[in-house]
Amino acid sequence: MNLLYAVFVDPFVQMGTAPDLLAQTLWEGLVAGVLYALIALGFVLIFKASGVFNFAQGIMVVFAALTLVGVYETLGRWGVPPGALAAYLALAISVVVMLGLAVLVERVMLRPLVNQPDIILFMATFGLTYFLIGLGELTFGGNPKRMIADELYLPSGTYDIKMLGGFVSMQKIDIAAVVIVSLMVAILSFFFQKTRIGRALRAVADSHKAALSVGISLEQIWVVVWFAAGIVALATGIMWGARSEVSFSLQIIALKALPVLILGGFTSIPGAIVGGLIIGIGEKIGEFYWGPLLGSGIESWLAYVIALAFLLFRPQGLFGEKIIERI
Amino acid sequence: MFYREAGQFKTSYFADQAVFPIRQDRIGLALILGVAFVILPLTASGFFLSVVMVPVLIFALAAIGLNILTGYAGLVSLGTGGFMGVGAFACYKLTTLFPGVNVIVWILASGLFASALGILFGLPSLRIKGFYLAVATLAAQFFLDWAFVRLPWLVNNNVSGAIEVPIRTLFGVAVTGPTATPQFRYLVILSIVTLLTWFASNLVHGRIGRSWMAVRDMDLAAELIGIELPGTKLLAFAVSSYYCGVAGALMVFLWYGSAEPGVFGIDLSFSILFMVIIGGLGSLIGSFFGAALIYGLPIVLRGTLNAIGAQITPATVEHLTFMTVGALIILFLIIEPSGLARLWQIGKQKLRVWPFPY
Repeated sequence: MNLLYAVFVDPFVQMGTAPDLLAQTLWEGLVAGVLYALIALGFVLIFKASGVFNFAQGIMVVFAALTLVGVYETLGRWGVPPGALAAYLALAISVVVMLGLAVLVERVMLRPLVNQPDIILFMATFGLTYFLIGLGELTFGGNPKRMIADELYLPSGTYDIKMLGGFVSMQKIDIAAVVIVSLMVAILSFFFQKTRIGRALRAVADSHKAALSVGISLEQIWVVVWFAAGIVALATGIMWGARSEVSFSLQIIALKALPVLILGGFTSIPGAIVGGLIIGIGEKIGEFYWGPLLGSGIESWLAYVIALAFLLFRPQGLFGEKIIERI
Repeated sequence: MFYREAGQFKTSYFADQAVFPIRQDRIGLALILGVAFVILPLTASGFFLSVVMVPVLIFALAAIGLNILTGYAGLVSLGTGGFMGVGAFACYKLTTLFPGVNVIVWILASGLFASALGILFGLPSLRIKGFYLAVATLAAQFFLDWAFVRLPWLVNNNVSGAIEVPIRTLFGVAVTGPTATPQFRYLVILSIVTLLTWFASNLVHGRIGRSWMAVRDMDLAAELIGIELPGTKLLAFAVSSYYCGVAGALMVFLWYGSAEPGVFGIDLSFSILFMVIIGGLGSLIGSFFGAALIYGLPIVLRGTLNAIGAQITPATVEHLTFMTVGALIILFLIIEPSGLARLWQIGKQKLRVWPFPY
């Protein structure tokens, strides 16, 4: 009886009596969700266009952020005065590095593996993960680094908003994250719907063979999507890095994006966003109100359970394409 | 030339259906078993046995378990590490609760607990498949990881939160704990692995294995020819988790000697999956090759790098090892996506027709 009370009544009473805490938790869930969505977006881009489940997205985030910070430091050593100029120069160089990575991945890894089963490509991205971990640590060192958020004119500090009989504090960087993510999604949607390359991408996603037969170059499309995923990774790296710091432990958050993916569907950009929000908010609320019952730390698996519950009713995810099977 | 089945006639169905129909294969297998059971324990150093042979055998057993699920039944699982942990913790609980019963019995029984959890976490496979399922099995991994840390009851509430393997004997000789000799531990592990491999081989060559393969190739079609999908898939999960559980128990009891919950993390799951893929999906011998390669590769690389340059710092060696392992994995997949088992097949065929190319 006590247990039932603790599970079904007490959390809601807490929510009712302290609405400001609820609002704070919701906001934190929202921000976490947006950032999960950003990683999931990188997965979706690549999965849509090449059918590759890119496990390396997480390490690409770390690698991109490390490149940005590392290049910034190197520029400082070469005599470029630290500040906005060097920061944006480093940003441009990082974009070029991500482009180079995309070209290399396509040339060295994807091209020889065309037409292999999905799981082999999945494994190959694991190989890429290991390679990037080694390369990143070798080039930039394994120590955590500070993200150059101020130099990039990202806001810092907090807003304390008086509402619901209490204070809800919002990190300015989180607000910036929400804005940037919305912008990126808008740009990507526009890119997919309206531009020539975007249409080619969607054609490739529908059918490799049909796309080839109307003269779309698969190689070029793959470079474009891996580059786009690299840019998304860079943005993710900057946002996560600014919240804490840039280190290899960031790679763990990629695992957090996986339930977002299965919840939203592997092939849907809106799915990634909605899935991210559901997981982010569900996770924070669950941890805050129900976590103490189970001895806390349930964040690590709660997301998967939420996603599984949805999957039982929609096996292709919320927004995934309906799975049609033929014999 | 070296390896030719000419003149070996089968006169009964039984002989025709043998797992090793060619005489040279049988001789080879007998030789390998002879070397493994008799010559190695007598000649090899304890260091070699406990650093090379024991881990490879244990990983091979786990890889066979995952191979049954992924290679034969076509269900990708990323929860292997968790199930190995279940085996280890179950074995620890059982042997501390009932110290009188032989520890080997408990090692073999602990797999059943992993089996039960495997069936539970295999339930989503009835509804979802492919990568969706792979991600769903991560739920098992993370939940079990969490449970190992959060339930002190699992380690009898000891302060360190780790399994500390007690001393247990077999035929009056210590088999677990610090006083057990590497030779004896190796022999016990080898016996269990051989037994279970033999069992798995019979399983995958029989009706059950064929229904798994039918489900792997196309589950809808399998259902149409009368294979009951839920039972078949859950059986694959149960058998696979049993093998992983036993491997986990062996790992802690006969190799590590003590284990923190952290060793059963997601990294373990991934490396077992590597072993299966690099070794060859749907091949038992491939599991052994894969285990040897994935376990041995970093060690050999580290050794080589340390040998060629004393001026390289250990950290650099570590990073270079990571890079090389990653690059080699991609290279292996490009050269032979069907894995080492396929290379083995090609090699045998080459030997058969040598010196003529066909």
